[in-house]
Amino acid sequence: MTMLARLLRKREPIAPLEYTRRLWMRTWVGLVMFFLYAPLITLVAFSFNDSRRNIVWRGFTLEYYEKALNNASLMEALLNSLTIAALATVASVVLGALAAVMLWRFRFPFKGAAEGAMALPIVVPEICLGVAFLVFFAKIGFPTDLPWPLNLGAITIAHITFCFPFVAMVVRSRLTSFNREEEEAAKDLGATELQAFRDVLLPHMKPGLVAGALLAFTLSLDDFVITFFTSGPNTITFPVKVYSMVRFSVTPEVNAASTLLIVLTIILTTIALKIQSRMGTVSQRH
Amino acid sequence: MTEQQPIISIRNVSKRFGPVTAVDNVSIDIMPGEFFVLLGPSGCGKTTLLRMIAGFEMPTEGQILIDGQDMAKVPPNRRPVNMVFQSYAVFPHMTVEQNVGYGLKIARVGSDEIKSRVAEALELVKLDGFGARRPDQLSGGQRQRVALARSLVMRPKVLLLDEPLSALDAKLRAQMQFELADLQDEVGITFVTVTHDQDEALSMAGRIAVINKGEVAQLAPPSDLYEFPANRFVADFVGSVNLFEGKLTLDEPDRAAVECEGLGKVYLNHGVTGSHQSNVWVAIRPEKIYLHVPGDGKAFRAAQEDAPEGYNFARGKIRGMSYLGDITLFDIQLESGAMLRVSRPNLSRRDQEDFTWDDKVSMHWRADSPVVLLS
Repeated sequence: MTMLARLLRKREPIAPLEYTRRLWMRTWVGLVMFFLYAPLITLVAFSFNDSRRNIVWRGFTLEYYEKALNNASLMEALLNSLTIAALATVASVVLGALAAVMLWRFRFPFKGAAEGAMALPIVVPEICLGVAFLVFFAKIGFPTDLPWPLNLGAITIAHITFCFPFVAMVVRSRLTSFNREEEEAAKDLGATELQAFRDVLLPHMKPGLVAGALLAFTLSLDDFVITFFTSGPNTITFPVKVYSMVRFSVTPEVNAASTLLIVLTIILTTIALKIQSRMGTVSQRH
Repeated sequence: MTEQQPIISIRNVSKRFGPVTAVDNVSIDIMPGEFFVLLGPSGCGKTTLLRMIAGFEMPTEGQILIDGQDMAKVPPNRRPVNMVFQSYAVFPHMTVEQNVGYGLKIARVGSDEIKSRVAEALELVKLDGFGARRPDQLSGGQRQRVALARSLVMRPKVLLLDEPLSALDAKLRAQMQFELADLQDEVGITFVTVTHDQDEALSMAGRIAVINKGEVAQLAPPSDLYEFPANRFVADFVGSVNLFEGKLTLDEPDRAAVECEGLGKVYLNHGVTGSHQSNVWVAIRPEKIYLHVPGDGKAFRAAQEDAPEGYNFARGKIRGMSYLGDITLFDIQLESGAMLRVSRPNLSRRDQEDFTWDDKVSMHWRADSPVVLLS
């Protein structure tokens, strides 16, 4: 379309459902976005600030990223976080997948209760879970002086507890789109129960498992409240370390560390969402 | 093994799900090489019966024998039958080749043999060249062929098909009906098909078992089922029919007469078999009734050619008609008030203009057309 034609064309009237073209709607959406993302953008922007204090912009620098990456205790905390997240993810995926298949496949007494109990860690306030774990591990005398990585045991167990219900939910919603005739077809062609599970059900569950794993990893990586209550002096995780740094002063180093965490989380979440949306289109085809 | 030993023998099989009886004391023998169809309305238990043959359901009572062997303790993966599912159940994450070769792989057949047998099976269902495709790149008809090839490659003694054509559009369905029948001729495997579609059943089957409420209503070849239905359910379910209640007034071995309140006096040139009372039903197919312009006594005389005077003749008024191209359907209100459905072939281009709404008409039918039903 030429410029002239565009100029000559009369502005089309706004259709009833074209909310995106209404000024008040645009303003509203803009405001919501601003309130949501302004703090984050400030945080990221000031991580490049060439100043000790986070108040005035003094110029661009990557100095604080260097500092953060050279901070031994911060890096140790990051390693702890990644280790816990990896362990918790593996355990959550196995437990969550088993729970999902059980709830989807079988009918048994108190199934509703089992389902509710399993979802409990999702709805119970984190602070309650945190306190509960603190009391529980103290009561059973969970050893605190083990060598690395065994000293991360308590935190890992706590993380598995609140991560695996999320995996179970994702996998279960994936299972609802499974055509059970496929499993019967496999058996009809000679497959045993185990072979049918491996060759037909597992491939169908795979996107759910991957998305669940990423979800569990992210949840574990940035959990603060529960970790705070279950970590000891030698088992500082990344979010807990950042918190302790903030207590002295909010330096751009903290900003830089937080930005790294945000980037990591965004990447993992994006992958999870991508996989889930692909899962949706695949299941629509049958 | 003699030729006459049934490949599948269903003996007094019942299946109950809690208080619901899905299959009620059914006994059927299916012969080797037969194209056998289980026909019935949805929920009649025909699919349950098929699933019991495949091993996905266990009979509550009775016995199923395949090739003379009791299947009671044989799981589905060890039965010499294969099934084509209603949804086709093609594995979406495998290519066509992998789908068809799956059963052979499980059976640990060598990879060279798998390759040649898969190619052979794909050729049989006219899918050669599609091996590398994924199921989501196939049409519904092609997916069905994959499911078919996947079962045929196993060389089963019996192939079970659950509503094989229900997911296809009308044209494709008609084409597949012929192809299935041809295929069955070619491979010589016994086919057992479940369907609720009477056209499908009539066009493909060697024998049909009509199932109603878990019981076999009639077991007969297609033409017998249509021309000599055993009861009102079969007469009504297979094709369309006019049914009238009446009383037997003449009951001899070679002829009979029924007086119906609705249709009038009906004469049959054959006797009524089976133990019966005088209360019976008369069934007559819409295409077996001839329409005439009234007034010249032609219909009356035509009826007398093979029936006594006053029999097999009726008068009425056209209340509705629908032109279907090859035939025209008429809904005719008889003088008694009862409605009669008549179909008339449009043998020439202007035939549908012969009769129209509110026309008075006379009708006659031949003495061998009506069927007397006892139940």
